[in-house]
Amino acid sequence: MKKEWPLWEVFIRSKSGLNHKHVGSLHATDAEMATENARDVYTRRNEGVSIWVVESKHITASDPDDSDPLFEPAKDKIYRHPTFYNVPDDVTHM
Amino acid sequence: MTSLNLEENFQSKIDTEIKIEPKDWMPDAYRKTLIRQISQHAHSEIVGMLPEGNWITRAPSLRRKLILLAKVQDEGGHGLYLYSAAETLGADRDELVQQLLTGKAKYSSIFNYPTLNWADIGAIGWLVDGAAIMNQVMLTRTSYGPYARAMVRICKEESFHQRQGYEIMMAMAGGSPEQKAMAQDALNRWWWPSLMMFGPRDSESAHSDQASKWKIKRKSNDELRQQFVDVTVPQAERIGLSVPDPDLKWNEARGHNDFGEIDWDEFWSVVKGNGPCNRQRLQARIKAYEDGAWVREAAMAHAEKKEQRKIEPEAAVKAA
Repeated sequence: MKKEWPLWEVFIRSKSGLNHKHVGSLHATDAEMATENARDVYTRRNEGVSIWVVESKHITASDPDDSDPLFEPAKDKIYRHPTFYNVPDDVTHM
Repeated sequence: MTSLNLEENFQSKIDTEIKIEPKDWMPDAYRKTLIRQISQHAHSEIVGMLPEGNWITRAPSLRRKLILLAKVQDEGGHGLYLYSAAETLGADRDELVQQLLTGKAKYSSIFNYPTLNWADIGAIGWLVDGAAIMNQVMLTRTSYGPYARAMVRICKEESFHQRQGYEIMMAMAGGSPEQKAMAQDALNRWWWPSLMMFGPRDSESAHSDQASKWKIKRKSNDELRQQFVDVTVPQAERIGLSVPDPDLKWNEARGHNDFGEIDWDEFWSVVKGNGPCNRQRLQARIKAYEDGAWVREAAMAHAEKKEQRKIEPEAAVKAA
């Protein structure tokens, strides 16, 4: 019997108040081992206060070939940015 | 897009310093080159644990033992970051490990030299990690995103490795005449193999042109080697040790040190498997892999059983 341990993606919260951020991946038999291995592999120098692990096969990623149509709708809507609006310089707190 | 357009689009991203990410289109040769380079880099980290692991039980103080343990653990971690970067390219972890164990994949030749005494641990941290850092700092800007990010993590950690090595050398060079002689002897033995770590001369290097066009490598072997010599020579002088090269001389006009020729016969002989420790290193890896097989299998079986119990607790109790 030969079976490779599944692959897990690791996300670390570096300190309270910040979001979890993807740091890499590792192999483990289950979620518990993945969390423990993530502690050893990715937080040897106090890099984290919280760990998320998720099996890689459960992640759905957008296709880079579709990124133009996917992100295009946001590109021409400059009125969503505050700099689009003209407000006199002497108006403050805005 | 036609394949020609895809290739042009890919190269223009590289030229404008946009990183390539796992799901982006890339030429097959780029993918293959990266898998080869990243996995060999990973293998080097893993095999690199052996020469230093040899001294953990014989470290001269508890402080040194803790440091060495942490360093060797880091090397293992670096191997894991790199394997995981290679896997983003579609490589299979087990297959990569098999390539190492069957000798199909290479690892850095430097680890085929023996660690004869404690001063060698100092020399490795200072010189071998120092040389590796030169290469790895360059690779933090490599064109493939996951490889570059792994390198950033690694470089942050390597800095401690080099400093602890230099500290060992400094302590020995400032110790008794016997200790200083040991430090000098270690420098004598590790100097040339460290220079060899940068690979063949640019004129002989098989992979350099394409790798620099793709910005996998951003400096040539000879450039990195020169950089290493220039920063390391004053470090040796500072602690009263001398670099074992009669041709070493500051060249005012070039603004660099001139240095002697590497023994390329030795270089190729170690690459081809005839270094002092090639067989021993590979045997140690094979033994670790084989001895660990039952643990890997048992852990998988245990996890599957636990999962099964979660799904159908009653059936599992009956079966037991």
